[in-house]
Amino acid sequence: MRLSKLRAWSAFDVVNAIFLAALAATCVLPFVNVIAVSLSDSAAATANLVGFWPVSFSLDSYAFAFQKARFLASIWNSAARVVLGVAVNIALTIVTAYPLSKTGKEFRGRTAFAWFFVITMLIGGGMIPTYLIVMWSGLRNTIWSMIIPGAVPVFNVVILLNFFRQLPKELEESAILDGAGDWRVLLQIYLPLSMACIATLIVFQTVAHWNEWFSGMIYLDSIEKYPLATYLHNVLQRPSFDNMELQEIQRVMKISNRTLSSAQILIGALPVILVYPFLQRFFVKGMTLGSLKG
Amino acid sequence: MDIPLADKAGGRKRRVRWALYVMLVPGAAVTLVYSYGPLLGLVIAFQKFDFTKGLFGSEWIGLGNFRYIFGLNDFNRALGNTLFIAVFKLALGLAFPILISLLLNEIRATGFKRAIQTLIYLPFFISWVILAGIMRDILSPSAGILNGILGFLGVEPVFFLGDAALFPWVMIALDVWKGFGFGTILYLAALTGIDPNLYEAAGIDGAGRLRRMLHITLPGLAPIIVLNGTLSLGNVLNAGFDQIANLYSSVVYRTGDILDTLVYRVGIQSVRDSIPRYEIATTIGLFKSAVSCALISASYYLAHKFADYKIF
Repeated sequence: MRLSKLRAWSAFDVVNAIFLAALAATCVLPFVNVIAVSLSDSAAATANLVGFWPVSFSLDSYAFAFQKARFLASIWNSAARVVLGVAVNIALTIVTAYPLSKTGKEFRGRTAFAWFFVITMLIGGGMIPTYLIVMWSGLRNTIWSMIIPGAVPVFNVVILLNFFRQLPKELEESAILDGAGDWRVLLQIYLPLSMACIATLIVFQTVAHWNEWFSGMIYLDSIEKYPLATYLHNVLQRPSFDNMELQEIQRVMKISNRTLSSAQILIGALPVILVYPFLQRFFVKGMTLGSLKG
Repeated sequence: MDIPLADKAGGRKRRVRWALYVMLVPGAAVTLVYSYGPLLGLVIAFQKFDFTKGLFGSEWIGLGNFRYIFGLNDFNRALGNTLFIAVFKLALGLAFPILISLLLNEIRATGFKRAIQTLIYLPFFISWVILAGIMRDILSPSAGILNGILGFLGVEPVFFLGDAALFPWVMIALDVWKGFGFGTILYLAALTGIDPNLYEAAGIDGAGRLRRMLHITLPGLAPIIVLNGTLSLGNVLNAGFDQIANLYSSVVYRTGDILDTLVYRVGIQSVRDSIPRYEIATTIGLFKSAVSCALISASYYLAHKFADYKIF
């Protein structure tokens, strides 16, 4: 479009740029507001003086949040859940994707097995039967209730198996001629070549486990075991004195619920915001690749 | 794995690669129990379920539970709300990203364009728990910054999350807001595939901005729009549990209660105060799954037929 480059900005260009900038602002300003409130003095926040910049800067709500036993415990629970959950997810994704990436000739029954997994993306028993199965299988009130039921992320398996298929066949064939078995081919040839793809899946799964709140809510009986997302759902959805420890109720007089909530929200969003640049790039690349391939 | 490749003289017999089967075992076992197990559990919908008697000991009552839910006010209300919220989310969630992609495509300053893109993707990655916490504060009638701005303009405070007439629209707007930026990715990628000569030729022929947009850009996007539209058909009964469960309250049940939240309240949440009605909740869930499954199958069939789409 050489022609249009020479043209000056038209009225349309100006209006368009302003509109898009305003739209982009709505995507960021809510977060800026929360940051500002969390860093403000509680009196200023309660009096509605805080907009997009902290008023009477104060770190009290963060200091208070980090003294709350349940909040700290929930961060620890989330960390444990992410580490265990992602490890299980990735291990199962790899060992499931590898056989399914073979052709029907190399691996008899491959298509049937593939459908066995893919169908679960289309139909499911729904909330209550899943709940009952988790209860009956003895996972109730354990960290595994949030890890095992979703241990095979089928969508990721499909991504990885498509990646495996792009790898040059010759590598595998010559290794097998040299006497290597499938485990060796997978661990020593496929995995090193797939680290970029697997890293992407690790990031996706980390965010998924960090954000997921519902299974903690229904499978865990003790609040002390809640991951951060479930804990936040609980305190933000029903901010009442039931969720507080005695010492908290006494100090709540000094620190408004509002600044405290904001601080906790921000801590909850922080890991995702930190990996956001990577997430964004991976997603754009992944989706673009998929669309061009089709 | 040291079975020789060539067995007999000359004849290459294909060996069975047992390791491949072994690898599949753990994933298949988990899937069998936790994805297929619940399918079996759906039989509860045809029973007068008794937790102590288990899946096969309970009394079978045929379609009794279905008759019960179709006569249940809460169910009919939730079904209506679900359809309303989901259809508007689907329609606007499809149209808005297309509009924004077209507008972004008109921006020539690449740095500015990239900055906008980076910012509008952000809400997609933040969970509804976090967003609900933020929105609760921002939309609050007494302390929220949005009502502060509205008040400055002379508008009376609006109770965005507590006004039943407004609640579904707030859900639709927030959902579109969360996802539109991310939705532009596909379209913007498809736009790079449009031949620039088309624009130049149209420009020489005297076609203005709008006409080029309507006659070149939009048709260029048509295949992917059709694909997205058909695939979203399966979500007609998905009004967004994550969002609504985090934002609704009993004052907006009338317009905001959806099938999934009803299932949750009837089947699980009620455990804490009364007897859980597993069979009723399961029946509602089964109704939803059956309709969704039919829609998804239809949409994949259509997508395959019209857009040559394959899952794997």
